[in-house]
Amino acid sequence: MTWRSRVSTWLDHRTGAETAIRNFLYEQIPASSGWHQVFGSVALFLFLVQIFTGALLAFNYAPTPGDAYNSLRYILTEVTAGRLMRGLHHWGASMMIVIVVLHMAQVFLYGAYKKPREATWMVGVVLLLLTLAYGLTGYLLPWDNRAYWGTVVSTQIAAKTPLIGPYLSRLLGGEGDVGVVTFARFYGLHVLLLPPATTLLIALHIYLVRKHGVAPAPGDEVRPLRKFFPEQAVRDTVAIFIAFVILFVLAVVVRVPLEQLADPTDINYIPRPEWYFLFLFQSLKLFEGPLEMIGAVVLPGLAVLALILIPFFDRGQVRKVTERTLAAGILALAAIGWAGLTAAAIATTPKPAIAAQIDFSEPTDWMQLSPVELSGIAYFRQENCAACHDVGDGKTKIGPDLASASIHKSAAWMIQHFKRPASMVPGSAMPAIQLNDAQLNTLAAFLLKLNPRNATALQSAPDFVVQGALVYQSNQCGSCHVVNGVGMKLGPPLNGLARRRAKVWIEQHFRNPRALSPGSVMPPYKFSKSDMENITSYLLVMPE
Amino acid sequence: MNNIAGDSPREVSRRRFHLTVIYGLWGLICATLSLPALLYLFLPPRLRRAAEWVEAGDVTKLVPRIPTEMVFRKTRVDGWKISSEKETTWVVKLDDRQVVAFGPQCTHLGCAYHWEEAKSQFLCPCHSSVFSVDGKVISGPAPRPLDRYETKIENGKLLVGALREAAGSSA
Repeated sequence: MTWRSRVSTWLDHRTGAETAIRNFLYEQIPASSGWHQVFGSVALFLFLVQIFTGALLAFNYAPTPGDAYNSLRYILTEVTAGRLMRGLHHWGASMMIVIVVLHMAQVFLYGAYKKPREATWMVGVVLLLLTLAYGLTGYLLPWDNRAYWGTVVSTQIAAKTPLIGPYLSRLLGGEGDVGVVTFARFYGLHVLLLPPATTLLIALHIYLVRKHGVAPAPGDEVRPLRKFFPEQAVRDTVAIFIAFVILFVLAVVVRVPLEQLADPTDINYIPRPEWYFLFLFQSLKLFEGPLEMIGAVVLPGLAVLALILIPFFDRGQVRKVTERTLAAGILALAAIGWAGLTAAAIATTPKPAIAAQIDFSEPTDWMQLSPVELSGIAYFRQENCAACHDVGDGKTKIGPDLASASIHKSAAWMIQHFKRPASMVPGSAMPAIQLNDAQLNTLAAFLLKLNPRNATALQSAPDFVVQGALVYQSNQCGSCHVVNGVGMKLGPPLNGLARRRAKVWIEQHFRNPRALSPGSVMPPYKFSKSDMENITSYLLVMPE
Repeated sequence: MNNIAGDSPREVSRRRFHLTVIYGLWGLICATLSLPALLYLFLPPRLRRAAEWVEAGDVTKLVPRIPTEMVFRKTRVDGWKISSEKETTWVVKLDDRQVVAFGPQCTHLGCAYHWEEAKSQFLCPCHSSVFSVDGKVISGPAPRPLDRYETKIENGKLLVGALREAAGSSA
């Protein structure tokens, strides 16, 4: 006996491990088994990835509102591979829904839930619901605007349930209100209650699959049984590998944005649930008034009940999958209905308010710029400087790289150069910039701030911010107000305005300051619609 | 899993191929998952803020070799939390050119020590470590001299930076 087989024999006598693995791997499966049965294994694999990445995220995550947001931002911007972990967890959740539904569709199509496998199917339906519950509770945990407003909608739907609605909403931590209590409950569900429940039910599900064996197809009774290992195990492994590659690519390539910190006073935010709940969200629109309850609770409830009871409606002999036209028809109808509702929901989503589109997990160094410097970016874009100059992005254009060149120049030099380029740089091919002195001054102020390290972060300033700063500059707001430490202190400082005032308030205040702040010496301003939008949005994103 | 006797050579090579695929792909998956996980756990976070200099107090009125306790506020970055904390330091003017700011904790177990005016020594109340006015260990269990803040003086004001272990870590 080699030492390896001695060790395994010793272990097997003590623990039975090898016999157990052998029994597990050499399970007898019907001759018809094949690629269509890989989805269950893929779903289990994705669940394990969720546990793994979830635990890692929890190592750097503070489960209280506010801190949750800051710690997630810390994971995304400061922790190595943090963005990857969050990406894997986020996309893993979506992929799990897809795979679980595919698994279910396959079982449904083949009629694999028939006697004696009804219990396996019913446990499976409960597992589907648990998967959705992860999605619902996990959605709140970033505590950004998207999370907050999405959860406001879902808890209010829960509160509409007939009879148990009030109790449900009490259980979720408030009467349709989303706050610290709701957050704690969702977190508790997501990381304490759901994982062990899922693990137990998966174990039960697999036990039942093993007890009854993989469902045979007609004709299998005359063909010899096969073993799970290695042929079917190879299929499972390959499918798992493909799913993993897709997940990994999604996590690396598709950024999951982190929006603004949850703002319960933001009345402009348009809440949308995660894509897999959109169909439910859309079906609500088909019902109005007292009927709404039907769309929100009764219909989904009946659908789940029907799903659970399928094995008791369809009790005939097992037939070939190609003969199950009714099942295929129902499946196709369900798919079309789902796709239609989802597409309608996407099509009717209004363009979100601009402030909500900023990805706050990006470096947001532009937030530190003064209004003068930000207006400089506006002229920088208007004059299309980047057409001839690199800005720290390493491409080679005609002009010098401004991110590294402007460090060595003074504002006076730049302004002279802007007016008559060749006078400062003999032989320069640059055309003179047709702007007045004040405007050239802002341009120089921006360029002075530019260095290779911050070039991308500064240039990512959203357009409404630089346009808003332009309005701020041209109306000389800085002669009474301070933003980012620049300006006069006659009026209140404007940083962190979002914490103090709602957008509507600011707009009305511009039109008639004294109506809202009695005794104010601020003159009224009549802005155009776009100017008003830009300056209020700009002021609202300035940090404290 | 060992080969089952009696399989044809074709069966055996087919089986070997299957095993290679299974072990290979699982190995690849585990490696791709665990490598970033190790980086995530073991690499220090990217700190984007440089150490700052904070004004601690006036050094023009210091009496040579008599420590003064100064209180200042410092921004502390702790993971995702940035807080402003009160910190103290014992500041000693050792001679006309050298002003030293000691960290407020004993180097033994971190108790707050104080200045014994009668003996002109720093005394730690926990385990009776005693330090001289220039921070050296005179007696007690303290393993190294008192830690020092980086300092610089601008316009008569003492600016303190990061807290560091004093040079010569054995007393």
